[in-house]
Amino acid sequence: MAEVVLQGLIKRFGDTEAVRDVSLTVADGSMVVLLGPTGAGKTTLLRLVAGLEMPDAGTLSIGGRDMTGEPPAARDVSFVFQQYSLYPHLSVRDNLAFPLRSPARRLPPAQVVRRVEEIAELLRIAHKLDNRATQLSGGEMQRVAIGRALVREPAIYLMDEPLSSLDARLRADLRLELKRIQQDLGATILYVTHDQVEAMTMASRIGVLAEGKLVQFGTPREIYEDPVDAYVATRLGIPRINLLPVGLLPSPDAPPGTALVGARTEHLRIHPRDGRPASVTRVEHLGDQTHLHLLLDEQPIVVLADAHTPIRQGERVGLALDAPLFFDADGHRLRQCAPATA
Amino acid sequence: MAQIRIENLRKSFGEFVAVQSSSFTIGDGEFFVMLGPSGCGKTTTLRMIAGLELPTGGKILLDGEEVTFQRAAQRDIAFVFQLFALYPHMNVRRNIGFPLLCQGTPRRQIRARVEETARLLRIDQLLDRPVSGLSGGDRQRVALGRAIVRRPKAFLMDEPLGALDSEFRDLMIHELRSLHDRIHATTVYVTHDQLEAMAMADKIVVMNHGVVEQFGTPQAIYDHPASLFVADFIGSPSMNLLRFEGALEPGQRQVRIGEASLAIPTVSEALSRQELVLGARPEHIRLSDDAPLRGEVYGTEYLGTQQIVTVTTELGRVKARIGAAQPVAAGDRVGLAFLTERLSLFDGVSGRALATHGVEEAVHG
Repeated sequence: MAEVVLQGLIKRFGDTEAVRDVSLTVADGSMVVLLGPTGAGKTTLLRLVAGLEMPDAGTLSIGGRDMTGEPPAARDVSFVFQQYSLYPHLSVRDNLAFPLRSPARRLPPAQVVRRVEEIAELLRIAHKLDNRATQLSGGEMQRVAIGRALVREPAIYLMDEPLSSLDARLRADLRLELKRIQQDLGATILYVTHDQVEAMTMASRIGVLAEGKLVQFGTPREIYEDPVDAYVATRLGIPRINLLPVGLLPSPDAPPGTALVGARTEHLRIHPRDGRPASVTRVEHLGDQTHLHLLLDEQPIVVLADAHTPIRQGERVGLALDAPLFFDADGHRLRQCAPATA
Repeated sequence: MAQIRIENLRKSFGEFVAVQSSSFTIGDGEFFVMLGPSGCGKTTTLRMIAGLELPTGGKILLDGEEVTFQRAAQRDIAFVFQLFALYPHMNVRRNIGFPLLCQGTPRRQIRARVEETARLLRIDQLLDRPVSGLSGGDRQRVALGRAIVRRPKAFLMDEPLGALDSEFRDLMIHELRSLHDRIHATTVYVTHDQLEAMAMADKIVVMNHGVVEQFGTPQAIYDHPASLFVADFIGSPSMNLLRFEGALEPGQRQVRIGEASLAIPTVSEALSRQELVLGARPEHIRLSDDAPLRGEVYGTEYLGTQQIVTVTTELGRVKARIGAAQPVAAGDRVGLAFLTERLSLFDGVSGRALATHGVEEAVHG
């Protein structure tokens, strides 16, 4: 495994700048997740690292060696795509062994067998090794596809939404597995997704992308608790952060220039009597969370509630802020005095 | 608007029984969701309500009037197949008015109805715009407008949000529900997605293999699943199901699972020694050093306000949903404490929920 360093990468397609001056480091043995909506440039960035696209400016090094102009084969990377592409006529065992048998690599057969069995065990598909690829369920196929990347020990694994074609339950299982495997192998992974839950639960560091720019780079907790702007603040957190006009709720510590107050569940206190009165428009019991929908002076506010909250639709509750986030009119974060973290 | 009653409805295709003797009532003005995995019979049931499929047995009543074998066109029900296809060469007004035009409604009436519908959907300022320039959300609203402009007795929808990405889907869930809160049209909505069902429904019927597993409000189904199938299907992560051997007698308040003795809700039925299942939702489990059931943390998943902690125990993996501020890491030894009154007990053989004090109301299909 190796450290991967991107420096000032720029990629244009005609008039559009898909990647705008992106610099970031994927530390050896860490998992970096690039998070952003469609068109944010995350897949282009991944393809630049793979060597499937060449940058218009900037440099890229893998394990300390400059790889900027090198072809994909020279880079020692392993790619997992969104759609599993297995060889249908081969068994699971042969699908997994395939990358190791390539003429470029030529491992001794005994070593191939050992490696394939190790990976199959890790992905819990060892009992399916002799099945045809076509006899597997969707989840098993995707695990084989991931396994085919993992049998090799490249400098870095590149993964482009590998879980997005799976159903919710399987996705949740594989999220946890993939994180475990990454830690057990000490693998370096650059992973692309538009799913904030994947980013939050798996990443060592998240890179939030918007319109080709890297807006913030940090641990999930840093990004969630200490976002640089309102855009980043809305990227993480379910329910989404409430962006309230300043003055809607008393906020004596708002710095000068505050236009928006960002209030997550943990930034709002709900009292039966104290605070500004809001009406409860809906208590929404989702399968995994309970959301309280409130209305305060025509401003909707959504917060997380206990699954067995006694609060009912139609009631009035009191709302008060508790150390929320502040943003200026352009959405930039404003801090009270010295920043909380260096 | 209308009440829809389903009585002993059955449908077989040759040897295959798609729907087995289902009965339930969809109240006037209700948002009713039929939920289940693919092949459970929910779409077949919906198609029978629409008149697109004729039942093998049983009855369908629309506002008390039997319509079981009536043709689809005579039922005054709108089947929303695809919410998202618009006529690209027409403006918003003509797109919404098109179903009325097809019915031969007088022009003046079409105009009034289209404008009223647009106001309801808050797109009246867009009426004379071409649909091609609209945002995704506005396009969906136009498509919805076209469905509701006819004012049918009921709307039937078959996975209308299935093709959307998650962010847009969340938006549409709220859009559909808030539209329902404004027009109160009886709506029958089919989905395999429990989050859609929980978020929108007044009532849910959970189906599996053509059988109604449970019928009730989202909260009742979530709190008191009537079977192991429902317990596992609703909730994310799903309910922890701990299998063990034991006997039960009325009044019992403890069970022995492996090495641990756990408090349970007071049992109100007797069962000789057999396989039992204790069900605990992740949010009803706390990490506690002095709890009897112990294990090793397999992994943690940070979610901002909360985190999900997966713990390997002698009874298998258990997931707990706790506050994100609590420090816990893979490899830690922890104890698991359960919120006793929130636990469910199941017969491990039949899958049926067992009656405990306070949950006798769980409805079986």
